[in-house]
Amino acid sequence: MFQVRIHGRGGQGVVTAAELLALAAFLEERHAQAFPSFGSERTGAPVVAFCRIDDREIRVREPIMEPDGLIVQDPTLLHQVDVFGGMKPGGSILINTGRSLAELGLAEFAGGFKVLTVPATELAREHVGRPLPNAALLGGFAAMTGAVALDSVTTAISARFPDAVARGNAAAATAAHAHVLRQLEGERDAA
Amino acid sequence: MPLKQMEGSRAVAETVAMCRPGVIPAYPISPQTHIVEALSELVRTGDLAPCEYVNVESEFAAMSVAIGASATGARTYTATASQGLLFMVEALYNASGLGLPIVMTVANRAIGAPINIWNDHSDSMSQRDSGWLQLYAETNQEAADLHVQAFRLAEQLSLPVMVCMDGFILTHAFERVELPTQEQVDAFLPAFEPRQLLDPAEPVSIGAMVGPEAFTEVRYLMHAKQMMALDAIPAVAAEFTAAFGRESGGLLRSYRAEDAETIVVALGSVLGTIEDVIDELRDDGVSIGAVAVKCFRPWPYDEIRAALTGAKRVVVIEKAFAVGAGGIVGQNVRLALSGLTPRVYDVVAGLGGRPITKASLRRLFGEARADALGRLTFLDLDTDLVARELERMGADRRSGPHAENMLRDVGTVAAGPV
Repeated sequence: MFQVRIHGRGGQGVVTAAELLALAAFLEERHAQAFPSFGSERTGAPVVAFCRIDDREIRVREPIMEPDGLIVQDPTLLHQVDVFGGMKPGGSILINTGRSLAELGLAEFAGGFKVLTVPATELAREHVGRPLPNAALLGGFAAMTGAVALDSVTTAISARFPDAVARGNAAAATAAHAHVLRQLEGERDAA
Repeated sequence: MPLKQMEGSRAVAETVAMCRPGVIPAYPISPQTHIVEALSELVRTGDLAPCEYVNVESEFAAMSVAIGASATGARTYTATASQGLLFMVEALYNASGLGLPIVMTVANRAIGAPINIWNDHSDSMSQRDSGWLQLYAETNQEAADLHVQAFRLAEQLSLPVMVCMDGFILTHAFERVELPTQEQVDAFLPAFEPRQLLDPAEPVSIGAMVGPEAFTEVRYLMHAKQMMALDAIPAVAAEFTAAFGRESGGLLRSYRAEDAETIVVALGSVLGTIEDVIDELRDDGVSIGAVAVKCFRPWPYDEIRAALTGAKRVVVIEKAFAVGAGGIVGQNVRLALSGLTPRVYDVVAGLGGRPITKASLRRLFGEARADALGRLTFLDLDTDLVARELERMGADRRSGPHAENMLRDVGTVAAGPV
């Protein structure tokens, strides 16, 4: 089972992101379960959503306490919430930021995990016209983890949103996917 | 049948719409809101027609309108949760006492005070003696399926049915559900033929005052009909399986319990987590299984007794309790086991949305197997937090409100003196 936790703020589409990821997995004929953290969700307040993906029926209903993957939709949460809590060693963390890990003060922290960044808010502004990073991050996360294919992400986006919004978000996801692949290639070249 | 990845609330709303309710009086309350929102949308777009969707001013009005609508022969549905269920209590008893086949979803949520929007079973358990049938869903698939069965049972027996599903944990979970087709539901659920009808062409009155001369007999009939439901529920579930090709509902379901020394009894969505833990323990050679209670009212006395007879011990995990007494489901289990030997441990868990984790269950089952549990256990109870409040109460007559004091102890900001 592959377990993902998504951190963001109310209004950023955190719950939608978890549901899109689950839908993408479902489109690949896998079992998936997305659920929110059940807080009193308010615009701007820290929000958490979860997604499990497996090849067999998912029965467990506890919150995800030891994620394999983490998506951080708002880097200001790094100083407010224990976003990395319970993270499995070697797990994948994707952060929405245009800054480097060193600028975020995470250069040393990155040791035990795979950490990448993607400027998802900027990509969303460019492709969707609104600063909603959730769909773009899913494209990046697909590239980083292979948990789902980019095609499944864009198909899920098309199923969820009206045409124009879907096209923009799919383009943002595709751009983020390419951005993450370039980072991974850069890492390989450096190694 | 179309297999979809969807929110539990949406699956329930679409399934209820396929049952063709004629009247839906509804008042929103978390975590049930998405269900009635989706239904109002289906009525507005004409996808559910003919149907009268009534935006009422309260839950009391919702149930009162449901009673009126059902008495005029309309298939009637509503949904609620928590304080909303409590607010309609007087009308709940009227619906069951009058024998009106209303179907209602309860998206299970805690009852205040302290105010809490999260899941437990305090709301529906408080109405266990209201005369409504109570069915509990383990998954969103079952929640959707149970509504189709609920209308069949309600109309067959002339009794109202509550379909209880865990608030948030199920209502807001986005997972795969196989929705029935309209043709399948139509074939399974014949048109509603009311046993009593307010019809200007053939006037009758419903709701007579009954004195000591017949009150006991009318009330006894409610009980007798619930006893008939013990036969009707498995029969309808079997028919459902034959028609839809999957198992949902019934009175109870055993999971690896046939030869188990320790049997865990529970209701609702926590069973999935319990079954995962049971599989892990079985791999380690532990003799443990589970019995899922699908129907709490009527209480399947004989079936529970038969399912638990061979166990050494029974661990009842429930998301509500009778304050001042102990477990609610546990009391019913003891009743079913009277004269038999299994020890029964009541475990109260998951109150107000506290997660029931695999780690806590593993620890709990270990203690149960060692017979180290007391009769009543509160899973993951923070005893230090309780002790600190008791200490304050001992030290100061004006120790203040419990909830605010304890929230300050755990570091959550609460209203109070600054």
